[in-house]
Amino acid sequence: MEHGVLFNTFIYLAAGVVAVPIAKRLGLGSVLGYLIAGVIVGPYALSLISNQQDVMHVAEFGVVMMLFLVGLELRPALLWQLKMPILGTGGLQLCATTLFIFLLLLACGLAWQTSLAIGLIVALSSTAIVLQNLQERELMKTEAGKNAFAVLLFQDIAVIPILSILPLLVIQDTTVIESSIPSWQSALMIAGVIAGIIIGGHFLVVPLLRIIASSRSREIFIATALALVVGIALAMEAVGLSAALGTFLAGVVLADSEYRHELESDIEPFKSLLLGIFFISVGASIDFNLLLDQPILVALLVGGLIAVKFIVLFVTGIVFKIQRSQNWLFSCALAQGGEFAFVLTSFALQRQVLDNEIASLLVLVVTLSMVFTPLLLIIYDKVIAPTFKRRLPQQEDKETPEHQIPDDTDSSVIIAGFGGFGQVVGRLLHGYHINTTILENDVGQIELLQQFKYKVFYGDAEQLNLLHSAGADNAKLFIIAVESASRTKRILIQVKKHFPHLTVLARATDRNHAQQLIRLGADHVFRESLDSGISLGVETLKALGMRANQAHRAGQVFRRHDEAVLHEEAKRIHEHEPEFVNRSLTERRILKKLLGLDALTYYDNLNDAWSTEAHSNQDKNTVGNLAAAHKHNKSSS
Amino acid sequence: MYKILVLFAHPALQKSLAHKSLFNEIQHIEGITCHDLYDAYPDSFIDIKHEQALLLQHDIIVFQFPLYWYSCPAILKEWQDLVLEHGFAYGEHGNKLIGKKLMLAVSTGGSANSYSASGYNEHDINAFLLPFSQMSQICNLEYLPPFVVHDIHKRHDPQRIARKAEEYRQQLLRLQQIDDGAVKTRMENN
Repeated sequence: MEHGVLFNTFIYLAAGVVAVPIAKRLGLGSVLGYLIAGVIVGPYALSLISNQQDVMHVAEFGVVMMLFLVGLELRPALLWQLKMPILGTGGLQLCATTLFIFLLLLACGLAWQTSLAIGLIVALSSTAIVLQNLQERELMKTEAGKNAFAVLLFQDIAVIPILSILPLLVIQDTTVIESSIPSWQSALMIAGVIAGIIIGGHFLVVPLLRIIASSRSREIFIATALALVVGIALAMEAVGLSAALGTFLAGVVLADSEYRHELESDIEPFKSLLLGIFFISVGASIDFNLLLDQPILVALLVGGLIAVKFIVLFVTGIVFKIQRSQNWLFSCALAQGGEFAFVLTSFALQRQVLDNEIASLLVLVVTLSMVFTPLLLIIYDKVIAPTFKRRLPQQEDKETPEHQIPDDTDSSVIIAGFGGFGQVVGRLLHGYHINTTILENDVGQIELLQQFKYKVFYGDAEQLNLLHSAGADNAKLFIIAVESASRTKRILIQVKKHFPHLTVLARATDRNHAQQLIRLGADHVFRESLDSGISLGVETLKALGMRANQAHRAGQVFRRHDEAVLHEEAKRIHEHEPEFVNRSLTERRILKKLLGLDALTYYDNLNDAWSTEAHSNQDKNTVGNLAAAHKHNKSSS
Repeated sequence: MYKILVLFAHPALQKSLAHKSLFNEIQHIEGITCHDLYDAYPDSFIDIKHEQALLLQHDIIVFQFPLYWYSCPAILKEWQDLVLEHGFAYGEHGNKLIGKKLMLAVSTGGSANSYSASGYNEHDINAFLLPFSQMSQICNLEYLPPFVVHDIHKRHDPQRIARKAEEYRQQLLRLQQIDDGAVKTRMENN
């Protein structure tokens, strides 16, 4: 059936919209949801889509974008820290799996070339499925997650040598189209492109982004980000390298820049959408005829593939001393074929390394193994993990010394707005080595702060996806220190709605604003004028002759009294007060009430302190007589 | 069952060798209110009315603190100066604390031997705590024998501290149960 582009688009999107929420509700995760959606709209059920190979080719770009995002998460320093797991765990897993599969297939009577090719192809796991699953389950920070990530990274890099090995495994010597470029020249080009990405990233892209950002046009920034990823992918493909690796490198280069979060949040929706479509096409491409013809063979192959990969991963985990419970998760997560298998299989088919029959069987087996990954993880969640939880009851709540704030690579504090107010907060926290993520949308500010080695990110804190990529899901505290009263409210509403776990500390411009923020759910509200006003008042009392400790106490009494009144009022007023028309009127009314309350409460409270029977009467006059005493002192001296 | 109010004063809990365990041990026990003064009043601004209300709600008051220069840390002294007001705790109409009890829970760096006539401190521990017992008398509080953990500098082995913490908890639980008729219950006071 041939359909228009719009119809196809609609089917893909609608299938995802219907299937994913249902799958998530059932605890299957979005990846499985997409795959099921693909099966349903695919040729063996409703047969609603066409051109599915083309779609898949476009959708593979989702993988490329994902690796760009993965790169953005990995600062070079972190990558260097991970070198052991990447080379060790990743290397051992890849070599051992290839070897095992190779020997098994050889024993089954396949030619050694075919066996080796298949071994290399299925040794790779699915970056898309594993990362998506681990991120959805918030397991990326666990030992298993980190190791799985390292293995996937090694596999992504290994695709390049595998692509160059595969053509050598041709059985019959056919005329392979030789590249017109001599090999030394292509090597030079490869080195050139990689160097170009690293150097260009630092010296061209970041200044470019700075210029674009200062134009404050969001869609142009998104266009720049997309053009960047697509351009790098094209350049890499031109020199015959994996586009995914190129964008990954670009991501790593830009990970240290202040635009990291902005880039992340701009690319993220495209990536998710494309990956979703990719999974739908994988689901749609499952060849059920093959499955129906040889169900036992297929079942054996799928079971065998998962079993071999699982065992190799488990042993690898033991060799590299991954905790037992984490090792189960690590092995369950990675025991499938990956999307690179499709790419490599079609490549091998073109070069006649594999014949048609084996290739389509291979695609079916890999696809099914991918389908089973979410199921394996569900089994892990429901069956394996509980046994470990019972055995290790209180491993989680290790006591941290009270003065020591746990040092996490992830920031637990996010500061929105780094003007004068936010800077005070940020500087205080930095003094105690507390990692903060700072969101600021004044480019000039960012540049200046960067000279002093501050981590400031460009972005508008009202954007939900920026909040996500800034780590609001894992943070504990959210500080709103922006100058504009209305922006503060919008950010607060957004944060409270989507991240209810965050404790919000907000800056308020005035009393009225503070009450609005309290009603909107801010946990702590700080009026910018209150403390400096009180300080000035305390100095005035001192200048009038009140003893410094008494003046200080007067300030504290006032502060508590005023805060209490503020919260009391905020609780009482439910109706929305007209804000601008009657503003001065409202303020005057509030002031009148406050003045009345002041007279009643806090002078008494002050005079109570340290009073003994003999002095208490004398004390009561002190405050009132201050001004007179001051005058008297002056005139007598 | 008598209600116990523990007023805890330790300015540097992260360096605590004994009190952290002792204070942790008595958390979340029914009828025992733990009140960490340095945590409640980081600026030493003590809410007098609130503190007096707390006193009225409890039958037994415990001052828990490490001995600093032969007395309590500053905030507890400030607490006494502000909360135990004339007309509330003492004086002609100051009868609000009558019949309640006070116990100190104190740790010392020096050994038990050092707190004796022959030791370098030259006096018994009770001699140093004299201001507290006299304050109790003026405020009509019954002064109970103090709970003392000596020698925490040289002998801070965790097992000994854990034993002491358990002893402390048992002591408070016993206090909750005593019935000597001397303590007026909250109910009578109100």
